[in-house]
Amino acid sequence: MARVGLGAALAVLSACGQADFSEQEKRAIASLSLSALGELPHDPSNRFADNPHAAAFGETLFFDTGMSANGAVACATCHLPERQFQDDLALAEGVGTTHRRTMPLANAAYSPWQFWDGRKDSLWSQALDPIEDAAEHGFDRAAVAHRVVAHHREAYEAIFGPLPDLSTVPAHGSPRGNPGAQDAWRRLQEDERYAVDRLYANVGKALDAFQRTIRHQPTRFDRFADAVSAGQEPAGEAALTALETEGLRLFIGKANCIDCHNGPRFTDDHFHNTGVPPVPGLPEDRGRAGIIEKLLADPFNCLGAFSDADEAECGELRFMVTASPELERAFKTPSLRGAASRPPYMHSGQIATLEAVIDHYSEAPKPVSGISQISPVIFTDRGRLALIAFLKTLDDDLSDP
Amino acid sequence: MLRWILGGAALLVVAVVGFMAWRMMAPPPADLDLSRERPTEAGIYQVQIAPQIGPVVQGALHSWVATVRLADGSPVEDAQVTIDGGMPQHGHGLPTAPQATGHQGEGRYLIEGVRFNMGGWWELTLDISSPAGEDSVTFNLVIE
Ligand code: HEC
Ligand code: HEC
Ligand SMILES: [Cu+2]
Repeated sequence: MARVGLGAALAVLSACGQADFSEQEKRAIASLSLSALGELPHDPSNRFADNPHAAAFGETLFFDTGMSANGAVACATCHLPERQFQDDLALAEGVGTTHRRTMPLANAAYSPWQFWDGRKDSLWSQALDPIEDAAEHGFDRAAVAHRVVAHHREAYEAIFGPLPDLSTVPAHGSPRGNPGAQDAWRRLQEDERYAVDRLYANVGKALDAFQRTIRHQPTRFDRFADAVSAGQEPAGEAALTALETEGLRLFIGKANCIDCHNGPRFTDDHFHNTGVPPVPGLPEDRGRAGIIEKLLADPFNCLGAFSDADEAECGELRFMVTASPELERAFKTPSLRGAASRPPYMHSGQIATLEAVIDHYSEAPKPVSGISQISPVIFTDRGRLALIAFLKTLDDDLSDP
Repeated sequence: MLRWILGGAALLVVAVVGFMAWRMMAPPPADLDLSRERPTEAGIYQVQIAPQIGPVVQGALHSWVATVRLADGSPVEDAQVTIDGGMPQHGHGLPTAPQATGHQGEGRYLIEGVRFNMGGWWELTLDISSPAGEDSVTFNLVIE
């Protein structure tokens, strides 16, 4: 009875018009609209990033199952275009099963860091990881090079110039592969390794150019926010219901969600320990803390031989935090655009529903290691429903006005 | 007895929850000193900071210029400057590791690699050491 009373009182409170938003709330709402998203950042490490031929070649490669150990896995196997470029699974299925959940790809090009732990500092360098991951494509760079020569010569050469002579390079070889492939890699001459690596980096650069074209589309929330910013009363489907408005107010206010899920992509592009529990049976996952050395030593990073950037243009890598207790079990803040229609949630799909996500934020459990950056928030039942209703306005597949 | 202990623990939990929630939700203190020019703690230096290209926006990696003078106004040309900071109300540090990357003359030091990934109250602390001594100064910034 008391609960009903409270709910009714809140409903009355939030039933007033949009004019009720404070100036600070209006600024927060405007800051979240897709209209506030700046131009796609220039990527100095990839001079082909905005080359349309590279994007077209990248699209071909994205769907090319020939770049896998079993001939059946492409990027699109896990990043399904009709499913926001993800797969709705807790753990992805490639040649094997991964330890993390597939990430959606829209506007990934805006982020300085790729993957849940940000172990890659560009989209082109990122693309080289799944191809050689035993659980994903299970392939190797020498095999990629031979495949490009055999199947994609024309497209490749039109963008990157003549392909190297690979007649002395064995069918398989990589510093990361199985012992056979690693052995073959060690036996190559340095210039042969460089030729393969360069070709491999260019494959990544084409995949980067394609993925830069994958963008978020405006949703009901954006139409609402743009009306509020223009000083108009949102009309028709752009008007949020009382419950949705209440959720928005919580999101940008008392629930502190906007601290981390901020800006038009609803992410601060940073890493936080939020106490999400590990999945029993999977290897220890320290998140950001576990990858710093690898990132600094990565030959395909911004400062490496295959990057087109000057040192001065590699600020993210040069000034990243390399040691801090805050990196322990810290994962990248995911965008919340489209999240409502693609459970499960979190870096290894630990949380099955949005309801359970809200429970997680309300309980703010102690992490198995590191320091959680979230504090418990006490939600009323209506507050929970309101936050979920708001999240659905970021997803045109789900929101029902 | 056990009940009493549990009750006590529950009370403590509630108190902690209340405290944390207050900490997170609190707006920056109204009387926060937002001046961009201040003396260091022990008064050895007078330091002024300015974004290299204003205004500062949330999320973008950017640079600042810190001008370091002695109390008498003369520029300090041979200082070592290190940078630290964070959000006092959130209990976390800076998302990047900014560095003073060069002296541009007349006591002006370029600080590269600064990012503020959240809105709210930030502190930026500069530790300065030169033959004149070691001292530090903390600036407050509020990011919208
Ligand atoms: C077997 C499934 C699978 C395949 C195949 C796959 N991915 Fe992924 N992708 C994932 C998973 C899982 C993650 C998160 C992995 C992690 O954080 O360690 C991910 C993350 C990413 C990200 C990071 C996005 C972000 O916001 O940080 C990008 C970009 C990406 N993949 C692109 C690709 C490309 C390009 C290919 C093909 C070369 C590819 N993926 C192949 C499953 C897959
Ligand atoms: C301290 C930063 C922070 C705050 C505050 C925060 N989040 Fe998150 N959020 C994250 C991070 C980091 C993850 C991913 C965590 C992981 O996988 O380990 C995440 C994941 C999520 C997800 C899952 C998305 C997906 O694709 O897996 C949802 C939904 C979400 N947050 C909603 C919220 C809501 C609602 C609030 C406010 C009640 C909130 N967050 C507050 C950082 C934050
Ligand atoms: Cu903060």
